[in-house]
Amino acid sequence: MADTEGRDVRANQALLEVRNLRVEFPTRRGTLVAVDDISFHIDPGEVLGVVGESGAGKSMTGAAIIGLLEPPGRIGGGEILLEGERIDNLPYERMRRIRGRRIGAIFQDPLTSLNPLYTVARQLIETIQTHLSLPEKAARARAIDLLKEVGIPSAEERIDHYPHQFSGGMRQQVVIALALSAEPRLVIADEPTTALDVSIQAQIISLLKRLCKEHGTAVMLVTHDMGVIAETADRVAVMYAGRIAEVGPVEEVVRRGKHPYTHGLMGSIPHIGGEITELTQIEGAMPRLNAIPSGCAFHPRCERVFARCSVDRPELLSVDGAEVACHLYDDAGREAAD
Amino acid sequence: MSETAHIPDVARTPGKATALVEAQGLMRHFDVSPPLLNRVIEGKGRAVVKAVDGIDFAIPRGETFSLVGESGCGKSTVARLIVGLYQPTAGNIRYEGVEIGGRANARNRQRMQPRMQMIFQDPYASLNPRWRVERIVAEPIQARRLLTDRQAVRTRVGELLTQVGLSPADGEKFPHEFSGGQRQRVSIARALAGEPEFLVCDEPTSALDVSVQAQILNLMKTLQRKLGLTYLFISHDLAVVYHVSTMVGVMYLGRLVEWAETKTLFDNPRHPYTRMLLDAIPDLEMSGRQRIPVAGEVPSPINPPPGCPFHPRCPHAQDRCRVEPPKAIAAGGAQVACHAVEEGRI
Ligand SMILES: Nc1ncnc2c1ncn2[C@@H]1O[C@H](COP(=O)(O)OP(=O)(O)OP(=O)(O)O)[C@@H](O)[C@H]1O
Ligand SMILES: Nc1ncnc2c1ncn2[C@@H]1O[C@H](COP(=O)(O)OP(=O)(O)OP(=O)(O)O)[C@@H](O)[C@H]1O
Ligand code: SF4
Ligand SMILES: [Mg+2]
Ligand SMILES: [Mg+2]
Repeated sequence: MADTEGRDVRANQALLEVRNLRVEFPTRRGTLVAVDDISFHIDPGEVLGVVGESGAGKSMTGAAIIGLLEPPGRIGGGEILLEGERIDNLPYERMRRIRGRRIGAIFQDPLTSLNPLYTVARQLIETIQTHLSLPEKAARARAIDLLKEVGIPSAEERIDHYPHQFSGGMRQQVVIALALSAEPRLVIADEPTTALDVSIQAQIISLLKRLCKEHGTAVMLVTHDMGVIAETADRVAVMYAGRIAEVGPVEEVVRRGKHPYTHGLMGSIPHIGGEITELTQIEGAMPRLNAIPSGCAFHPRCERVFARCSVDRPELLSVDGAEVACHLYDDAGREAAD
Repeated sequence: MSETAHIPDVARTPGKATALVEAQGLMRHFDVSPPLLNRVIEGKGRAVVKAVDGIDFAIPRGETFSLVGESGCGKSTVARLIVGLYQPTAGNIRYEGVEIGGRANARNRQRMQPRMQMIFQDPYASLNPRWRVERIVAEPIQARRLLTDRQAVRTRVGELLTQVGLSPADGEKFPHEFSGGQRQRVSIARALAGEPEFLVCDEPTSALDVSVQAQILNLMKTLQRKLGLTYLFISHDLAVVYHVSTMVGVMYLGRLVEWAETKTLFDNPRHPYTRMLLDAIPDLEMSGRQRIPVAGEVPSPINPPPGCPFHPRCPHAQDRCRVEPPKAIAAGGAQVACHAVEEGRI
């Protein structure tokens, strides 16, 4: 099999591969590390969910992949491969063409992706025409179809409105339509459904899943909504303080999470029904980037901390089908804990 | 409105002394017509979005009233009307019984305004990018002259930042140096800084991960208990709504279709739309329960369907539903606007 540019595409090649990625912010008082040596991959047709505390580095990881880290933020090490090709060191123009065409991005903040001065029609049609050679009329028809697919009512009329005339959730729907307009191979979706109600959410999720199934699109889905993760993701990565704490199949992580942080996270989810009590919260706050604790970054908040945790940094280890970075799962560690 | 049945229904007893905030026949329409020239050339008519189309509610002091409903149903517009960012097209808003809606009541509004604060759905747009966080959070303290001594203001800002899970040292940073969820926490700290008695929260925790969300929701509840705060709360996360609210109102196309005490609404939803909404909740247990998306297309608020606006998607719709808008009636402790409920069909 060969793709349009004649490169070999191995059947079992990951669509996206991230190796030892580091994202840093140089400041006057030293370098802050927002993403610290993380590696993961996403296969064609697969949805990788990314969860973790606010500030854990989820958005920075996504921004690094699409080449949109805002200076002074920069990639400080590692490699990013899209369909086997390195994309982290490409010149701006080449990356710009990949973005939109081969990678579609849905940002956490819908306003940054929409120009307030142009109608939604103009923005969608322009994007479609940049990446697919379609005449204006066909591009408009496609734009309207996309808006319908993401669930905008009266799309024919609404398309000629300006972003500020849409509700918060509807703007997000427009951004999703923009990201999908050129049929990308990889979709980076940063909190795509956060602003959306449950029924539109269901619609967007089934649209994403259909893309994966029918076109082999790979999706990196960043969200804090565990319901969405449970329903959409094939695998989940849990991030904490710039590192991956745990990664594995969705049932393993959501139902039988191994890392103590994963436990805390699952415990804080509110449920409908039953007595209304205080929600469980993980005590303490995520460390600031200039004061990441030694050893395991989670140790000051961990209920099962033991001596080794504050000294050694845990690496990912295979445990029952998932990978976990926690000394409790290392033989030597377990003995020490007992 | 029909017979007065149960007590929980504060919405039906406007003017009751306990209500801190009341809306009556509240309406806001937006003109979204194409420019006149296009209308003439393309033969298009005027277009009006009926974002909020006549709603009533009352929030008793010290309680939390939540609005839920699909994207674009008008929740944020209600919030903006209440805090005075939009002028109502029609209807009244009262605060402690004082009329504050509309330009005619601008003086009353000015008097009451400092007592309320809003947390916006979009934390990016609502923080001044050129101000340091410390100045952003200190602003309401200074505006209300709650503290004058500079050192005292600093200390207070530090306390507020700590309360929302940031650190006092974060005060030196600019908004762009924060992640999405951290920015939302800054806007929560700012809202609390003004020591409001009434807080409008538009999706306050949507940008937050679950553990920070739990911290913020617990904090909001503690403040309510200690200081008697009153909240108007908007969220699409029904589990969150279940945890924070005393009363819940379900909106559909600019109207309230059902409202009731939280437990009543979740245990025994009456309106067909409320039932669909509850069925569409994502399933965390992965029990294999089929999540049922709300059927049918969301109709447009530009051309809302006649009769009951929900009838094109409703499994119980009959002829009457297609012509006559249903009025809210008391049904099993809830207020429900549905012909099928009124006729005892469901
Ligand atoms: N311009 C900047 N200068 C310094 N630090 C920054 C800058 N931008 C982001 N950061 C820091 O980088 C870290 C990672 O941010 P990121 O946006 O990736 O978090 P996130 O996991 O997406 O969180 P959220 O769930 O809140 O969106 C945060 O601690 C943030 O404070
Ligand atoms: N300034 C405006 N001009 C024109 N139309 C507007 C304006 N503000 C809101 N609308 C329209 O009014 C309707 C209600 O919008 P609103 O923002 O209140 O929805 P919402 O319930 O908050 O939705 P979401 O859950 O997506 O935030 C939408 O159809 C929206 O497009
Ligand atoms: S009034 Fe009729 S259409 Fe509307 S919800 Fe009730 S049964 Fe359905
Ligand atoms: Mg983020
Ligand atoms: Mg809104």
